Formats: sequence, C-alpha cells, structure tokens
Amino acid sequence: MKPGVLLSARRASKAYVHQGQPRWACRDVSFDLYPGEVLAVVGESGSGKTTLLRLLAARLGCDEGSVHYEVRSDLASEPDHLMDLASMSQAQLRRLARTDWGFVEQHARDGLRMNVSGGANVGERLMALGARNYGQLRSEALSWMARVELDTGRIDDLPGSYSGGMQQRLQIARNLVTQPRLVFMDEPTTGLDVSVQARLLDLLRELVDELQLAAVVVTHDLAVARLLAQRMLVMKDGCVVEQGLTDRVLDDPQHPYTQLLVSSVLTP
Amino acid sequence: MTALIETLALSKTFTLYGRGGLQLPVFSGIDLSVRAGECLALTGHSGSGKSSLLRCLYGNYAASSGEVRIRHQGVWVSLSSAAPREVFELRRYTLGYVSQFLRVIPRVSALDIVADPLRRIGVPADEARAQAAQWLQSMNLAEHLWHLPPATFSGGEQQRVNIAHGMITAPAVLLLDEPTASLDADNRRVVVNLIRAAREQGSAVVGIFHDDEVRDAVATRTFDVEQYRNAGRTEQESTT
Repeated sequence: MKPGVLLSARRASKAYVHQGQPRWACRDVSFDLYPGEVLAVVGESGSGKTTLLRLLAARLGCDEGSVHYEVRSDLASEPDHLMDLASMSQAQLRRLARTDWGFVEQHARDGLRMNVSGGANVGERLMALGARNYGQLRSEALSWMARVELDTGRIDDLPGSYSGGMQQRLQIARNLVTQPRLVFMDEPTTGLDVSVQARLLDLLRELVDELQLAAVVVTHDLAVARLLAQRMLVMKDGCVVEQGLTDRVLDDPQHPYTQLLVSSVLTP
Repeated sequence: MTALIETLALSKTFTLYGRGGLQLPVFSGIDLSVRAGECLALTGHSGSGKSSLLRCLYGNYAASSGEVRIRHQGVWVSLSSAAPREVFELRRYTLGYVSQFLRVIPRVSALDIVADPLRRIGVPADEARAQAAQWLQSMNLAEHLWHLPPATFSGGEQQRVNIAHGMITAPAVLLLDEPTASLDADNRRVVVNLIRAAREQGSAVVGIFHDDEVRDAVATRTFDVEQYRNAGRTEQESTT
C-alpha cells in the first residue's frame, strides 16, 4: 500500500440489470488520489462518470472491486488506515459524509435545504457535529458567505430567493464549513450562465488551492477540467480509456475517443 | 557542471485516429543533455518539431518512445514514468516553461498570475505580490495594467506576463518557446538579460529563438531538430 493515499479505487465496478442482463455502468476503475489533488472525470452523458462519483462517495456500493478511504484517526478504530467503504457502518459513512467529505450537486436544490435560510444551510453540518451556540453558528455562516462572495445581507433569506449562481455558492459554503479533506463535485458549473460560471470556477480554483482540498470533479466541460484539475480520467461506456496529467491528456490525447472528444470542442 | 535535463532516444509520433490512424512522425532518436549554466537553442525550419520537442521536455506531450529525465532536487526523475503529482511537483520547483501564448484565466489579474508560482512554493501572498510587481516593473509593463486580467492585453504585454510567470521562481530547468517573438527591441533586450542571468545563476535553458540576434546573445550551443526528422516523413494511411 502506498503511503499518503487519501482515496483509492480498485477495479471499482457497478452493474445495472437491464432486460435480465447486467449492464456495466462503471467497470474496473482504478486510481489513487492524494491529499490536495484534484481529479477531473470527463466523458459524455452515459459514460458512467456520475455512477463512478456515487461509488466513490459511498452513495452506491460496488458490485465488484472496492473503494478505500484514509479515515481520520478520530473516526477510525485503527488510525491512518485505508478503510474499505463497504466495511464501514452506515453511521460511520454518514459521519464521513458530513465532516470529512463534501458533495456539490449539479442542481444546487438537491444539495440545499430549501425550507430553511441561507445561514441555516451553512450552519447545518456544524450543528450535526454538536455546535449549539447560535452566535458562533451565525458568525461562521457569515464568514463563509463572505468567503464564497455571497451578500451577507441575504443570510436570513430562503435559498429559493437566490439566483442559480448564488445557490451554487451557498451549496459550496455549506459543504466547506466543516473543512472537509475531499470534495466530490457533479458538474458544478453546468446550467449556469457563462459569466457566472467563470466566477464560480475562479472561486473553486482559489478555495481548492487555499484549503488544500482534494476533489473529484465530474464534468463534460474540458475547459473546467483544465482550469481545476491536475489530472483527469476519460470515461467511455463505463470504462476509463485514458488517464494522466490534465494538460497532457488534453494537448496530446492518446486514445481515439479522447482525440475525438478534444477535437470536438471549439476552445478546449 | 552537472546535467539537469537529458533525453535518451526520445521519439515522437502522432497517431491521428480521426484520420484512420494516420501516423505523423515528428522526430526520433534524440539524445540531448543540458548542463547547469548552458542554454541550448533548438533550430530547424517551421514544422520541424522544435515546439513538440519542448513540450515533450515539459511533459505536456507524451514521448512515443525513449525518455526525458529531469534532475529534481539532486535525483533524476523520468517524466514518462512519473505520476501526475510527481510531474506537478517537478513543475512547481524545478521545471519552468514559457509557452508561446499566455493561457488566461478569467478574472485573475496580471499581478496574481505572475505571483501564483511563488505562492505555490509557499511564499506568503504579500511577498509574492511584491516580487511579481518587481518583475512586471523590470519588464516595463505599464503599472495600470497590473491589476487587470490580461485577456485584453496586446500580444507583447501578454508575452511579458507569461515570461515573468515562467521565470519568477528561477527554475533550475527553463524551457522557452519563442519568448521574444512579439516584443519590441527594448523589451527583447530585457528578456535577453533575464535569460543570461538565469544561466549565470545555474539554470539549464532550452529554447526556441527565431530572432538570430537573440539566439546569438543567449545560446551556448544549438541543436538542429531537423536532423532527427523521420526520413522523408512517410505519411502512411492505414486501411479505413
């Protein structure tokens, strides 16, 4: 086992049964992610990238292979140990998902609580960890709202009154408030206006750098991959067809499918 | 002086699957070695593969066969077999590259672009910005541009931001792709002096310099990439 690995996928696979036959949505995906590394997963819709993300974040179980995570000592029975997600209890996984991980959904509404205020959205994970002091929660919420460039005057408003870009920033703040080491992102900028996208990307780039976050970013946008990720995986039909340094994969793609993907964009 | 970068039987061939597997050989069998304090100028006609070679040296293009090795903190590291994070570490501390064109990041100011490589090696933000300002000053970039994103800058202004960005950490191995192409005579002279200073401080430099005067002023040797072109550039089309 290599030292320092944060997340390790080992032939992770997931099949869905379709007309009595298993269909592999994701097959034999292997990689090691280190602290502070950002990995982009690219491919067209249906290539299995979202399934992979769900396997990595323990939202789905592997049918074959496994996903391991280096659990912080206060959560694990054995310290500094890569634990098979499948061997962890639901309670342990929930704790992990709430503290050490973040998950930024493509549609902010899926990642936010729409019936409580923006500030309460940011404070929720802290409360789940036992924080009860209202003043502290509020000041933490204010500081995170400012950090993701949200108008702090909107702290008591419901997220439904926010614009799409603001909701996405609120979702990011909500995830980062517990200082996770690993953040999963599913098409974080898709569906936003181009100008809003650029601001959000820039914010993500800064946060990832500053907080030394590791991240797995699923995107079909190669420019997003280039801006955020040091390395990338290219998926097609559930399999990884190429992986490596982001600029190498994009500027000198080796696999026929990657070449097609890169040559199909106007400005990669 | 010790060699800081070398290649062993390095070859590059592009395979274009969108064109039925068309093979485009660029060069083959390149052995080169550049020592501290040297500046190797790559020569050859346009299309001879100079930029491709430089990109292979940076790990931006994958070697088709052979090897690129960089001496990183006293140890040879092979670019072809290094993991992405090792290549990143190499680029952060040892291997600098000034591309022909600046890749602009939306919203990020010229000053922050130049300061960024320093921040990545742990220099505090204020100090990084102060050093970046000195670089932009020495490169005669008008001060009112420093806080603007370079997307709207002229070619020469962008090029100077690019050079400052690539050289500010004084990397031990420095790769330069036509760093003076869009500069006027005064600024060319500034860049020539910077390259010579880098050499004197013990960097190994590999560059492409179209301007003969610049090349003569900075290079200690030349390397003709043309001679390593694959014979006749046979473009075979496989059966489609």
